[in-house]
Amino acid sequence: MESKKITDKKKLKLAIGLGSTCSGCDIAILDLGVKLLELIGLADIVFWPTVFDFKYSDLKELGDKEIDITLHHGTIRTTEHEEIARILRKKSKVLIAFGSCSCFGGIPGLCNLTDKKQIFDAVYGENLSVANKENIFPEEKLLINKNKSITLPHLFDTGKTLKQLVEVDYFIPGCPPPMQLIEGLIPLMKDVLGGAQLPEKGTVFGSKKTLCDECTLKKENKMISKIVNPVTAIVDPERCLLEQGILCMGPVTRGGCEARCINVLMPCRGCMGPGPETEDQGVKMISAIASILGVKDEENLTDQQIEDLLSGIKDIVGTFYRFTLPDALLNRKVKERR
Amino acid sequence: MFEPKIIGFCCNWCAYAGADLAGINRNQYPPNIRMIRVMCSGTIEPLYVVKAFKEGADGVFIGGCHPGDCHYQSGNYKTQRRIVLLKRAISEIGLDPRRIRLEWVSAAEGQRFARIITEFTEEIRKLGPNPLKLSGVENGI
Repeated sequence: MESKKITDKKKLKLAIGLGSTCSGCDIAILDLGVKLLELIGLADIVFWPTVFDFKYSDLKELGDKEIDITLHHGTIRTTEHEEIARILRKKSKVLIAFGSCSCFGGIPGLCNLTDKKQIFDAVYGENLSVANKENIFPEEKLLINKNKSITLPHLFDTGKTLKQLVEVDYFIPGCPPPMQLIEGLIPLMKDVLGGAQLPEKGTVFGSKKTLCDECTLKKENKMISKIVNPVTAIVDPERCLLEQGILCMGPVTRGGCEARCINVLMPCRGCMGPGPETEDQGVKMISAIASILGVKDEENLTDQQIEDLLSGIKDIVGTFYRFTLPDALLNRKVKERR
Repeated sequence: MFEPKIIGFCCNWCAYAGADLAGINRNQYPPNIRMIRVMCSGTIEPLYVVKAFKEGADGVFIGGCHPGDCHYQSGNYKTQRRIVLLKRAISEIGLDPRRIRLEWVSAAEGQRFARIITEFTEEIRKLGPNPLKLSGVENGI
């Protein structure tokens, strides 16, 4: 039973570890403002490389299960990220995947559409702004002299989510996680301290419904005749964006962000990950958009007209799996054998 | 020789009845297809197709009623649009879009059903095994 008190301490130990990340999640935690003081009142921070001067050795010195709560943000891209994730799992009682990258792979996870060689070729060779006539590419091992060499972490071809590597207790999605979900950490910490019943393992913090459910725009008739570019469109601020032809991931995305993008008339990009009961965000969106696009007069459309209609959606994987590619069913670019 | 595994989703009213007719008429077609009967081609979520590939299918066949003949008025139109999008999505992931085939087969077209399945099996045989099965999606690292 989870109701057993997992710690006898008066004050918790909190660690915040990272993988491949933009550190926006760190900024989001700092954005707690006054509440940050309350958080620090409940927990000592034992590891947070972005904000304090912690070294990996500090982390390694901690005993097993000594950390009470760990937040991990960022995709797993290198051997270093993998090592840190495994250490954090070993040393923590509760491991929380924090932010879209850790939960579903996030933006860095789109690396799965390519591989290490292609990335290096582009970054150190083909890009127009690069002058690399000698074809110098980064090496993992550099010999300084006979006895001394330094090594860099190995970059994987495939980005992974935290869950694909170690057991994860809770998920806090969002890019970055919305403020109200981060504030939810404080009652969670109090529960851990007080020995209250903790949420079920694997719980995703956020709404139990999709974003459309909490979006306040007026929804009338979900049938669209073409896809509109949100940059050039004149948007009706009262009406559902999808009904105006703007690609909005609302129908397949978990709520809990209080429609923060839609409130400023930007369509949802799906950072909260697949909605409850949704296995794969992208194919669900393919299904959803194909069901409402071009319904009017559908019996008279020729194959070419259908192609033209759907060609308004550019870069399907990049749009529909923007934050969830490593977590998707087909999560990696493959090559047909010819 | 490589024997492709093909998953077929056929609608209850047309394609599945067409397959039945092919059986009654004793029209021969390769046994590579494993057929699943669904009530309407409109119920076939792209997820089913993707899952079939994930589990190692080499091709997915989808059979529905001819346009205008759908038992539920408009299910097949939706399938048509979904499959166009899905084909584009799987080709971005690197799978050949020819691995998905959508055909309209009526209950009277047993012979045509047998011909389509023969053609499709041969096409998949030429394409070779599903690359997801070969490398293993997780083996990227």
